[in-house]
Amino acid sequence: MHSAPNIKKYLMIGAALLVFTAITVAANQLHFAVPLAITVALVIAITKGSMVASVFMHLSDERKWIYGSLLLTVVFFIVLMSVPIFTVMDTIGTPIHHAATAEHTGR
Amino acid sequence: MNIPYTVEERPDTGLANGKLGIWLFLASEVMLFGALFSTYIILRTGAEEWPHGELNIWLGAVNTVILISSSVTMVMAWASLKMHNFGKHRLYLLVTWLLAAIFLVNKYFEYSDHFGKGEGPWHSTFLAIYFTLTGLHGIHILGGMVVMGYFLGPGAKLWKTNPDQFTNRIEYTGLYWHFVDLVWIFLFPVLYLL
Repeated sequence: MHSAPNIKKYLMIGAALLVFTAITVAANQLHFAVPLAITVALVIAITKGSMVASVFMHLSDERKWIYGSLLLTVVFFIVLMSVPIFTVMDTIGTPIHHAATAEHTGR
Repeated sequence: MNIPYTVEERPDTGLANGKLGIWLFLASEVMLFGALFSTYIILRTGAEEWPHGELNIWLGAVNTVILISSSVTMVMAWASLKMHNFGKHRLYLLVTWLLAAIFLVNKYFEYSDHFGKGEGPWHSTFLAIYFTLTGLHGIHILGGMVVMGYFLGPGAKLWKTNPDQFTNRIEYTGLYWHFVDLVWIFLFPVLYLL
């Protein structure tokens, strides 16, 4: 469900997306430290993505069935994005003697 | 036999079937690209070093501008139908199609440059995930062009017999197209800038 098309809004969002793209490229030219560069780029990308989804895809004004299916998607997407963390924390398959040696040598 | 609820909303969902269908499809697409983004994170965090400056940032930025512009023209194509202006709709849809074609031409030049230097997906982990992500995204662009081409050609006849259903079909095409744009919004910084 969504109301009548708002042309002015679409054009303004389009312009804002272009400005954010310019900011992303400009920020990259400043050569921030890697953690800050990643944060800046991802914050801008998430902002742009939210604008596309809420305005162009009309998600700001939809039915609950759409929100329900997307909520489920978000949950599984978070699980998917957590896989790298699980991978780093995973110690299954680490040879036991390595762990024992590390404990013995205090490393 | 007519397919039910192509225009009118189902009483239980409050949605036309096509609308719910395209959103469920997009949900599956989120998981498809999500799996590859997750793979990218694993590969990058596990790599001893990660290349910087391998890709042409300006070409990537131009392609971002092209896709954002195509999203605007796509939503205008749908809005024109809502305002019963079929002529404007065709113009906007044609511009969207052309922008998609320009995006792929740019990508072709990028790919050619890499392959010309012998830098295919086998060359490095970075290029392997780069070609996988952008290749899959490119296939989605191509798919969108096929659908838009259909609605610019034989599919346009539906406007005369059932304008509401045609408007809905363009809306679903638009939802797909905006998703393709959304994926690129994340691909650009992840692959070109970071």
